[in-house]
Amino acid sequence: MTVPLSYYLMLSGVVFLTGVVGVLIRRNIIIILLSVELMLNATNINFVAFSEYFHHVAGQVFVFFALTVAAAEVAVGLAIILALHRTKSTINVDEFQLLRW
Amino acid sequence: MELIFFFYFALVIALASVLVVALRNPIYSALSLLIMFFHVAGLYVTLHAEFLAAVQIIVYAGAILVLYLFVVMLLNLRHDERYHRQWPVAGLIGLTLVIEGLVLAIFSRRTASSGPTSTETAVEGLGNTEAIGDVLYSTYLFPFEVASLILLVAMIGAIILAKRNIGQDDGLHVANAQVETR
Repeated sequence: MTVPLSYYLMLSGVVFLTGVVGVLIRRNIIIILLSVELMLNATNINFVAFSEYFHHVAGQVFVFFALTVAAAEVAVGLAIILALHRTKSTINVDEFQLLRW
Repeated sequence: MELIFFFYFALVIALASVLVVALRNPIYSALSLLIMFFHVAGLYVTLHAEFLAAVQIIVYAGAILVLYLFVVMLLNLRHDERYHRQWPVAGLIGLTLVIEGLVLAIFSRRTASSGPTSTETAVEGLGNTEAIGDVLYSTYLFPFEVASLILLVAMIGAIILAKRNIGQDDGLHVANAQVETR
C-alpha cells in the first residue's frame, strides 16, 4: 500500500468538514440531509482505509452498518420533509420555529 | 501509480462535496453527490474493498440518491436564497472547525504510527466478498439482526409519517385549516 494512511484521513476530514459546514449554513432541509450523507461517507472512507491498513475486514463490516443507518435516515428524513412540506409548503429550516400549533 | 489514482479520486471527491454544499439548485447538489458516490466507490476499489464498491453504487447511487431526486422533483422547489438567517454565526463556527482541522492536519506531523499490527487477521486468500460474509455472519451476527430491525422500524416510520390521513379527518387537516386561516 503505497498511499499513506494519513492521506485518507485528510480526505475524510475535508469531506466531513464540508458536511458540517453544509449542515450549519444551508437553509434547505434537503441540502442538510445531503450534507449528512457527506459526513457518513467520510466516516466510511475512514473505516475502509483502516480496514485496508490493518488487514482486517471488520472495518468493511462496519461500513455496512453505517450504510443501513444511512438508508433508514434517508427514508425517515424524506418522510418528515414530505410531512413538513404538506403542512407549511416550504422546506426552509428557519420557517419552522414552533413545536406544535 | 496508486498515488495518481488516489489523488484523482480525492480531488474529485473533495470538489464534488464542496459543490454539494455550494450549489443553489437542490437537483444539481444531488447530481454532484452522485459523482461523489461514484468516486468513493472507485476509492474503495483501490482499497481492495470491491464488494463495498458495488454496494456503494447499488445502494447509495441507486437507491438513496434516487429517493432524494424523487422528493426534490415531487416538492417542486422554487429558488430562494441559500443561507438561513443565522448564517454568519454558523459560518463562523464552521470556519473555526475548518481552521482547527487544518491546524491538526499540518502541525501534527508526529511519529509515524506503528505498522499493520493485525492480531486477528481476516481470512486472507479468500475473496473480498467471502471474507466479509464470513465475518458478518459469525462475529457480527447480532449487530446484523439489529440492523435489520432498524430497517424495519425506518420502513414503518416512513410509511406512517408520509401517509395522508385517508378517511378520518383528525389533527392534520384541522392544523392545515388553522395554518390557512393564519
